[in-house]
Amino acid sequence: MSILVDADTTFIVQGITGREAINLTRECLDYGSGAKIVGGVTPGRKGRNVHGVPVHDTIADCVEAHGKPIDGSVVTVPPAFTKDAVFEAIENDIKLIVVVTERIPRRDVAQMVELAALRGARIIGPNCLGIIVPDVIKMGGIGGPARNAAQAYTPGPIGVISRSGGMTTEMSSTLSAAGLGQSTAISIGGDAIIGSTYAELMPLFDADEQTEGIVIYTEPGGRMEAELAAWVTETGCRMPIVAFMAGRFMDEMPGMSFGHAGTIVEGKEDTATEKIARLADAGITVAEEISEIPELMQSKLQAGSTA
Amino acid sequence: MRFFEYEAREIVKRSGIPVTDFGFTTDAAEARTIAERIGGSTVIKSQVLTGGRMKAGGVKFADTPEEAQAHAADILELEINGQMPRGVLVDPKADVKQEYYAGVVWDGTAKKPVILFSDMGGIDIEDVAREHPAHVGRVHLSNILPLSDYQAKECIAQTGVTGKALQRLTPIVRKLAQLFVDNDMVLAEINPLAEMHDGSFIALDAHMDMESEARGRHKQLLKDLGVGDDETRMAREPTEFELAGEAVDNASHRGVAGNVTEFDGNIGLVIGAGGGSLTLFDAVRAHGGKPANYCEIGGNPSVEKACGLAKLVLQKPGVDKIAVMMSIVSNTRVDIVARGVIKACLELDMDPAEKIAIFRIPGAWEEEGFKILEKYGIEYADRSVSMHEAARRAVAKIAGPEAVTT
Repeated sequence: MSILVDADTTFIVQGITGREAINLTRECLDYGSGAKIVGGVTPGRKGRNVHGVPVHDTIADCVEAHGKPIDGSVVTVPPAFTKDAVFEAIENDIKLIVVVTERIPRRDVAQMVELAALRGARIIGPNCLGIIVPDVIKMGGIGGPARNAAQAYTPGPIGVISRSGGMTTEMSSTLSAAGLGQSTAISIGGDAIIGSTYAELMPLFDADEQTEGIVIYTEPGGRMEAELAAWVTETGCRMPIVAFMAGRFMDEMPGMSFGHAGTIVEGKEDTATEKIARLADAGITVAEEISEIPELMQSKLQAGSTA
Repeated sequence: MRFFEYEAREIVKRSGIPVTDFGFTTDAAEARTIAERIGGSTVIKSQVLTGGRMKAGGVKFADTPEEAQAHAADILELEINGQMPRGVLVDPKADVKQEYYAGVVWDGTAKKPVILFSDMGGIDIEDVAREHPAHVGRVHLSNILPLSDYQAKECIAQTGVTGKALQRLTPIVRKLAQLFVDNDMVLAEINPLAEMHDGSFIALDAHMDMESEARGRHKQLLKDLGVGDDETRMAREPTEFELAGEAVDNASHRGVAGNVTEFDGNIGLVIGAGGGSLTLFDAVRAHGGKPANYCEIGGNPSVEKACGLAKLVLQKPGVDKIAVMMSIVSNTRVDIVARGVIKACLELDMDPAEKIAIFRIPGAWEEEGFKILEKYGIEYADRSVSMHEAARRAVAKIAGPEAVTT
């Protein structure tokens, strides 16, 4: 199985007539068994279609046209309008929202996340590339055009969670080349506040029978890794976890932001060094290079080790 | 985006929290005028965006306006942690009964702002939290529900403060929380928040940091404070090289050549994207290489943008060759980046095969890209060569095999 999405997942694309959104729609329709994109929203563009997907003015219209609830939405609208778009999705009973947009002020993100929690919806992102279940479905730009995504991602037992969209593909490709396919790979976004953190996604992977190991990509900034380490220590994770930490050089450059908006060293706890120590304390192996990840994972899987 | 103290205090004042009768100036003689207006003893404070002012001699006490002028003249010339002051703040010397701390920050785990309050002010709140945890109050704020006084009251009461002090502090702390929310701050801190001998409270120093992404929503405030659109307010001022990088990025709207940052090494880097750049920069250093720069290309840059960036790096003093490397790309086209960096070499009358130490960008349009690279005799690698291995080859070729450490 997979987590969050499967072949039957229906979703819409908000901001579907934008240049990137048109490409993304094509990619998702082409990939795997073909995403069930049941509609798109761009206010004022009702009646058009994007690669055969009908465009509506409102999500309510999408739901009405579809005739039953819609599972998800990919949000690609500009940052100033993203909060409104996500609120619209949540209030129309959409339960899985992938926010692609970057440079959204933190307060807006926090408001979306809080409303989602109240309504039992989940947000992935913002500033992310979405979710992919190899050979089945991709929801978002993750992996790029279907042909490229198929080259990097293969089905298998590894769950991938990454703060970097590009590195989700790099790591999955490395795993695939070593014969370790992926159950589900998720680009969670690089902002300071995001909808779903490692620790919030782990219970889903934990409950998924296909997933036997977890690979994560991490960066300096924030407390997400500490949260993961605490989750592993408290629950006793059944699966081995291998992490890769990029941006080690940033420890020497406090106050400077590199890579992603959330990647900034502000205190002692969010340095790469501190995070590596914390992850290691929880039994999570931290790889020095991406190319080491498959071997580290194989040996942990063979040893039947947890975390 | 960090504010100078004099700006932060102005923001505090606008929110209705009492502040001292301070003045800001860039001129020593005017500092004297401000001190005369204030009357009595004053404190002269350097306006820099860095800590450790007191230790560095950037904060001085004056008993007379003449002394205030002399101190201001000294401080205006004093560099602190590599920064020249924006000006000086002239502040009345306060007769304080007790110092408190009040701050609002984001709690990334809870995904909510949190009010922090302590009855042990004037020192670093992290130290207080570690050594005297019972003296730090914490209350999280909803992002959706409106703010309410009780939240500030609960936070203050957690530290044992009661009586008139609690009543008087509550609206101040609530206003600070409101200010944090209304202005898209990532940090809003009053430290110390002073209780005077007459029982009144007054903000003696403030730190404010606004989220850069939200600057567009606060144009009026920034204009009022005189903050220019071009002021990045990063940990250090951008260098000429970095400004040139920004110009390359702005020259064409397609794609990104972002975060061009200068370093003093000899390995020129044209790297991307966000996470890929972090990984590759680490990889170069892990193999003993000294990067000349950092950057993040991505978002499908135009040939011109890739060319402009490569030219900038190739022309940086001390740089002999560049390494062009990215994690697997799906949006950015390999062939376009290849064309851009080759064009840069040719326009500078350089041999691409010699100047491009390695090209490792696998992904979209790679067949087309590799064909072009082959034509010019450039060493390239596909995804079977790891990012670290590509970085190792770059270090060996640019700094010499003896430079490679692992």
